Amino acid sequence: MDFDSDPTSLYSVKGIVILDQDGNRVVNKYYDKQTFPTQKEQRAFETSLFKKSQRNSGCEIILLDGITCLYRFNVDLYFYVLGAARENELVLESVLNGLYDSVSTVLRKNVEKKTLIDAMDTTILIIDELCDDGIIMETDPQTIVSRCALRGEDVSFVSDQSLGQIGSNIVGAMKDQLKWSLLK
Amino acid sequence: MKRDKKDEEAGGNIYANLDKTSVIQETRAFNETPINIPKCRGVLTKLLYLRLQEESIGRAEATRAFFAITKLWQTKDVTIRCLIYLAIKELSTASDDVIIATQSLMKDMTGREDLYRARAIRALCKIIDAGMLQTIERYMKQAIVDRNGSVSSAALVSSNHMMRQSAEIVRRWANEVQEAVSSDNQMVQYHALGLLYKIRSNDRLAVNKLVQKFSKSGLRSPYAVCYLIRIATKLLEEDDQADSALFQFIDTCLRHKSEMVVYEAASAIVSLPNTTPKELAPAISVLQLFCSSPKPSVRFAAVRTLNKVASKHPQSVTSCNVDLEKLITDPNRSIATLAITTLLKTGAESSVERLMKQISGFVSEISDEFKIVVVEAIRSLIARYPRKHTVMMPFLTNMLRNDGGFDYKKAIVETVIAIVEENPDARVAGLAQLCEFIEDCEHPSLATRVLHLLGREAPKTPNPQSYIRFVYNRVILECTQVRAAAVTALAKFGAQVAELRPSIEVLLRRCLLDSDDEVRDRATFYLYMLQQSSQIINNFILDQLQVSPIGLEKSLGAYVEEKKFDKPFDMRVVPIAAQPITHTEKPKPKLADPEDLKPKAPKKPEHSERLGALPQLAQLGPLFHSSSNIPLNDSVSEYTVQMIKHTFTNHIVLQFDCRNTVEDQRLVEVAVVLEEQGDEPEWQITDRIDIDALPYGETRSAYLVLEYPDSGAVVGQFECSLKFKVKDVDPKTGEPESDDTYDDQYVLEEVDIGVSDSVQPLVRQHFNAGWEKLEGAAEIDQTFALSSVSTLEEAIKKVSELLGVAACERSDLVPEGKSNHQALLAGVFRGGHEVLVKAKAAIDPTDGTINMNIVIRSDDDGVADVLGSALN
Repeated sequence: MDFDSDPTSLYSVKGIVILDQDGNRVVNKYYDKQTFPTQKEQRAFETSLFKKSQRNSGCEIILLDGITCLYRFNVDLYFYVLGAARENELVLESVLNGLYDSVSTVLRKNVEKKTLIDAMDTTILIIDELCDDGIIMETDPQTIVSRCALRGEDVSFVSDQSLGQIGSNIVGAMKDQLKWSLLK
Repeated sequence: MKRDKKDEEAGGNIYANLDKTSVIQETRAFNETPINIPKCRGVLTKLLYLRLQEESIGRAEATRAFFAITKLWQTKDVTIRCLIYLAIKELSTASDDVIIATQSLMKDMTGREDLYRARAIRALCKIIDAGMLQTIERYMKQAIVDRNGSVSSAALVSSNHMMRQSAEIVRRWANEVQEAVSSDNQMVQYHALGLLYKIRSNDRLAVNKLVQKFSKSGLRSPYAVCYLIRIATKLLEEDDQADSALFQFIDTCLRHKSEMVVYEAASAIVSLPNTTPKELAPAISVLQLFCSSPKPSVRFAAVRTLNKVASKHPQSVTSCNVDLEKLITDPNRSIATLAITTLLKTGAESSVERLMKQISGFVSEISDEFKIVVVEAIRSLIARYPRKHTVMMPFLTNMLRNDGGFDYKKAIVETVIAIVEENPDARVAGLAQLCEFIEDCEHPSLATRVLHLLGREAPKTPNPQSYIRFVYNRVILECTQVRAAAVTALAKFGAQVAELRPSIEVLLRRCLLDSDDEVRDRATFYLYMLQQSSQIINNFILDQLQVSPIGLEKSLGAYVEEKKFDKPFDMRVVPIAAQPITHTEKPKPKLADPEDLKPKAPKKPEHSERLGALPQLAQLGPLFHSSSNIPLNDSVSEYTVQMIKHTFTNHIVLQFDCRNTVEDQRLVEVAVVLEEQGDEPEWQITDRIDIDALPYGETRSAYLVLEYPDSGAVVGQFECSLKFKVKDVDPKTGEPESDDTYDDQYVLEEVDIGVSDSVQPLVRQHFNAGWEKLEGAAEIDQTFALSSVSTLEEAIKKVSELLGVAACERSDLVPEGKSNHQALLAGVFRGGHEVLVKAKAAIDPTDGTINMNIVIRSDDDGVADVLGSALN
């Protein structure tokens, strides 16, 4: 996979990482196996990335070891998108926004560590829909959510949660979208 | 209880401490009937999570988990179904027999549920090989043009991955892919365009057409437009006479409604070679606008690009200076630092004061790391405007006095050292700073560096005795290594300044009672040496060992193994390093882009290892010197050949790196043919290594071994050509089409062997000491008028290149505005003969001609003559 040398490569995302406020991993997916061959390199990179991003809270982009890192902070979670240094920063930003907004929609704007861990299966699916082996698949949050938030979800609401939450608009919207995508 | 504790440690993340074995155990739940949906979903998620962590799962375990997963196919639960596809993808590399899922996936791929179809395609393409791909070819073609965006995208992206192993099959889908580019779905457009380009990328004409067609048709997806800009840029970079329509297309993209596209276009324009300031202007003004964007990523992108432009076209960026100055206080440090370095690159000499004032305003607020970047920027600024050291030095002093970590202090000390070495005017001020610094320095390694510098530079100042107090204080106050360094520095004072010698001896005598043996040893050694003749002082105190450490280690190893201890170890067989061992490399800027860090030229030990591995060359002895790469033809021709000359004691080896760039040809029996010019051929080719076969796209090396002629000649000129047989091959498979071959010949540029090949450049620390030592040895004195060069610096560079010598004591730098200059050049001739050259050049102010007087001294008459003859 050609992340750095070829400017016309479609492979533009080197990794997607979500860390908590102490710098611990919540979810991660690395695509560039040359820069991050094993857990050891990944952890080392995460540590220095976390240190830098924490100190400069309020900024959303840094260049670390030749990797452009864009990030976003919410309550107790850091969302990172890592890309090649040659990559258009604004393209990477659209990926980050796609990730954050999709997660936020699925968690009904309750973006924090606990809810994210409860919805780990959907989160993993979102990351998979966002990016395939480094190629950007889709960045529109609505489309991503419609491909991941699933009918099974509604069933589990009935058993796990109070009825009041089922009525939330988002679930309704998701259903509609799903119907449309099936009708097409 | 125990479990709770563990959970707490992981911060409530149940996935943080997953146990591999127990998760694999839990996959047994998949076999139960009826399937417990929430439980299975949990286990599947855990399994995927483990894979994302890159936890290594054993093959047997992975295979077991995989088979368990296939049992889940029967459920109707959508999440589980989606997770299955993902799990197959993730396990495809870890598990055996994933191929058994093919049938089920193919069924889902052609099924009715679009959601499953897309995921099934992606999973399927992960597990099948080229052979299987042909069987699903029909379905893939259909999927590419499917009306559903997710299906189409999935098929296109998967095809893109497969371009790596089965490009041939994917190429056959070009028509479908082209149709997909016109899809309504934005992402499909992008993916299809990317794949279409990859399919056509070998055919320039087709790519040209592709860009022209889609630049007019108005792609809707901003990603696709960005990609099209990249293709256009690549075309423009590769072709000198490229279509102006391409540039026009990029230019119009500057007015696109999406920021992403505008930025892509702007950065593409500034990266192009040979752009005029007029062409650059619109792109620069777009970037300037971006500098004041509220979004940090946009500002970052803009500054980073401006930073890059600043090195190529500093004057074009000056219009943005006001905006850049605002960014110095940006909360994002990356942006602030890039802004500063850009400003320092573009700043004129007159604005340096203002800039420094601005930096000193905020330097206390930023972290060490960025201070280092600032210090490095200052260093490059000083190199450009040496006269401004009066402004910079107090600034650096202030920074040095403030608190800071080791790296930060090191950066400053290195900057001050660089100033002292490069700028004689700043020497006294700089040394005074450093003296003050070591008075109160907590880092022994920095103190030793400063002491080393003091020993070398301070004796040359008008008032050397004033530094001795600082040095001797170290002997009293510091730790062992600093004391030892201080003793050496003291000895150097004594060696260079004769009138100080008695007092130095007194000080050294006091060190004889030091508590550490290294310090005592050094003091005893130097004390004895200082009482000897000046020749010995030069040899043992001022001159340093100039060998490559690796080479020395190897030669010593070989000597010990030979066990012939009756004859002493010969230092002359050790490969020589151009720089003394104490030389430190210049640090690279922290924020350098990876593309700037080009691989360095291969180093000598690598050359000698590579040559030593060839049995024919191993007996030639140690490698003396290797030239840089010399291209023997255009880099764009069918076969490119580069030459490296390796000099040994009595032989010269010519290494020809040949590369075949013709796709449908394989070259066999490639040989390099040399024919000496002139009436009386003197050179003999004693050995040769040809290339047996040279397939497309590979670089292999042929070698010729030439013996230096008995007549003592060291120069030669040769006609050179490549002789080989061509075998036609099928470019797709790389297999030969038939066994027929035909002879062919390819003429290369002439090969020259010059005097400089016999000389290894050597940077001597104390030139004059060596010069005096050779007093009365062979000497040649010649004077020339040079017409082909126009500056003194150029003249000196030319002479040192011609003779293969290096400038010592930074004498290659000619101070501005001087009309005469003396360069001190040194090298070692084959066989270990020392060569020293004094080149005095003067420029005639009336007509601009340069006259040069060259004095060559060597410990061997023949060597001096040979070098002298090279000048004629």
